[in-house]
Parts: sequence; structure tokens; C-alpha cells
Amino acid sequence: MPEPEKRRTSLGEIVTNNYVWRSIFRHGYADTPRNRVLQVSANVWLHLHPSKMRRHGIRYRHTWCAGGLTFLLYLCTVVTGVVLMFYYRPTGEYAYWDIKYLDFDVPFGMIMRNMHRWAAHGMVIFIWLHMFRVFMTGSYKPPREFNWVVGVNLLTLTLLLSFTGYLLPWDQLAIWAVTVGTNMARATPLLGNEGPFGPQLGMTPRYDARALLTAGTVVGAPTLLRFYVLHCIFIPVIASILMILHFWRIRKDGGISGPL
Amino acid sequence: MPGGNPGISEAESGNFIWSRRDLLSLAGWGAILTCFAAAGGAILRLLFPRVLFEPPTSFKAGYPTEYTVGDVSEKWMKSQRVWVVRLPNTIYALLGICTHLGCTPRWLGPENKFKCPCHGSGYTKDGVNFEGPTPRPLERVKITLGDDGQLVVDKAFRYRYELGQWDDPNAFVKYSGA
Repeated sequence: MPEPEKRRTSLGEIVTNNYVWRSIFRHGYADTPRNRVLQVSANVWLHLHPSKMRRHGIRYRHTWCAGGLTFLLYLCTVVTGVVLMFYYRPTGEYAYWDIKYLDFDVPFGMIMRNMHRWAAHGMVIFIWLHMFRVFMTGSYKPPREFNWVVGVNLLTLTLLLSFTGYLLPWDQLAIWAVTVGTNMARATPLLGNEGPFGPQLGMTPRYDARALLTAGTVVGAPTLLRFYVLHCIFIPVIASILMILHFWRIRKDGGISGPL
Repeated sequence: MPGGNPGISEAESGNFIWSRRDLLSLAGWGAILTCFAAAGGAILRLLFPRVLFEPPTSFKAGYPTEYTVGDVSEKWMKSQRVWVVRLPNTIYALLGICTHLGCTPRWLGPENKFKCPCHGSGYTKDGVNFEGPTPRPLERVKITLGDDGQLVVDKAFRYRYELGQWDDPNAFVKYSGA
């Protein structure tokens, strides 16, 4: 008599046995001595660069080095941004004058602020160039489809970093730009007080996606503090984690894609 | 019992839906995820304070006679973001928030219109949109005549033309005195 069939579809298999899951996690993890050694030897912190790479991977004509330059500019904004944090106070009373102080009195304050600004602009430009290059070389195709998804998230986070940083000078341009920007959040489906199905779900100007961003019904001092925390802590941490994943996946997905 | 074996009981086949390990594992993860969900919910609620330190919405706008018939008064624009307009028989208050994306339009007297500097939306003296990207007229706010004879404007109550709310008795003050 044959053994009764014990196998059945478990919830775990429903979650893992599909295309999306396997584009993110290519295979299961076998807890073997070899894999434990590989966890160290293939660790992204210890070995960001592969031990060998293909010749086309270092050809500027192929990559434009746009992704690398985006990352370099990100590092510039991190360094100069931390420097600016020594002087900048994110409150309604001080923010504007701290920027003036940085610009006109603090030694090297103006160049730090402008480096931060221009590196941020450059980052947005180069991330688009990088996306364009990846698209034109077909590098988004399998097996790199998940890294494209990570990259799109990084693009969004970069734009959000620019948007949140925009408010911090606390001048007229900043306030009105963010007024316009956050007013669009009123139209968020389900979560905005003017969006589709928003009012039906109980969204009001006081409690909706926009109020979450602006910390009230108007762009005021609480908004400044909230954007400051988003700009300096929340978004950079998430972006950094995704960048580590992004760079690691380049190696895991077979290195920089070959020429068409 | 999906995928089960007809004729063989669970106990006989050793083929249980839940083993003890499965159950404890699920309970453990369930507890952890419940804690995360509770913490996440608490943080989300924390981001919506109960008290907002925002300026009061209501203010006294002086006596009707202080306004000239036919004029758009910018007296309260800078401090309250409200225009008070007096016509021969009525007084109404327009909110200085562009209905496109929330900038502050300007009153251009010689051209007899409100014009938003951000994207060029234009409104007539009534507040009705006639040019630019804005989809709807400016909003009017509650205006009443107080017991002391002064106008009282309350920005917490807004009246939208496209919803027929400009006819609301609180959306204007009847006044034809000297």
C-alpha cells in the first residue's frame, strides 16, 4: 500500500510560489555550512565590489556612470547636510534667520549650503539620466526586474527628499511651493478629503493624508518640523537601505548588463 | 479537509492541519505582528494632534460703513486672508485662497479681477473663475452682523458657489445703509 500523500499547499507556498516573490527572492535558503560562509564572503558591507567584472561594465559609453554619480551626489548631500544641521533650527522663529546666518556670517556656510543645494539638483538630474540609460540598454529586463522596482522607489524617495528640503529655507518660495504641493495630497484616492471616496471614508481637512504631512490644516511651524524630520532622518534612512539593496542586487542579478 | 485522504482519519495518517510547532510558531509571529500593528497605529495617531495651535478663524471686521460701496477691501487681506466686498445692498467676504492649488490671488483693481500669481487663475469681483487652470470659483466665508453693529467674519464656515451655497443667509450680509 503506497504511503498516503502528505503534501498539500500551505499558506507559505501560496505566498512564495509565484513570479513576484521569485523576482525578489530567487531561491530558498538552505542552512548549510557553505551558505553560512557565503553570507560572510558575499556580504555587501565587506565586499561591495565584485572580485571580477566584465569589460563593458567599466565602459562609460555603456553606463554613463549615471548611477554612480547619483550616489556620489547623494554622499555630498549627506555630508553637507549634516554640516548644515549644526546651525539650522527647524522652528518658525529661527529657521529663516539661521539660513541667513549660514549664508552671510558662518565661515564656509554659504558654500556648504550651496553644495547641498546643487548636489541635490544634480542628484535629480543624474537619477533621471541613470533611469534613461537603464531603460535604453534594456537593463530593466529579467533577471533585473526587481532591481528596476527598487530603483523606481529610489527615484521617488529622491524627489521626496527634494520636496521636503524645499520647505526648510522657510521663505515665501518654500511656503507656497509646499502649500501647492501638499494641496495636491487632498486629492489622494481614499485618503484625501477631496479625493475619490475620501469624504465617504470620513476624511476631513483636519484628518487626511495632507494633514498628516502638514501637521494641521495650514503650512505652518509644525509642518516645518515635520518636513525637517522627514528630510533628515526618515527618507535618508529608507533611501540608504534601498541603495544598499540596489547595489547588492546588481551583483546578485549577474553584474552590470551587457551591451545589446 | 483540503487535499486529505478519504477513509483515513487525521490521527491515523499523522497528517494534521496544525502541528503543535505550527501553532506555537503562528502564535508567536501573531503576537509580534500584533505588537507592531499596535505600535504602528499609535504612531499614526500620534501624528494627528488633538489641539492645533493655529490662528483663530473668526475676527471682527469693523462697521459696514467703513467700506466703500463697489470696492474690494484689502484691509484684512494681509492679516486674515479675506477680502470684504461691499455692493449697494450686500456685503460678502471672499477667502483669499486660490481654488486651484491654494496660493493667494491678488486683487487687480484697474483690471477688475482677482489674479493668482502661481498659475494665472483669474476670478471676477464676485469670485467666479473665468481664466486659468482653476476648476471652480473662490470660496466665500461666513459673514454676519454682530450685536455691536460690527461685521463678524468666520473662516471656519465656507460657502461654495457651485454647490449653491452663496445663497446661504450666512454667506452675505444685507446692508444698504449710508
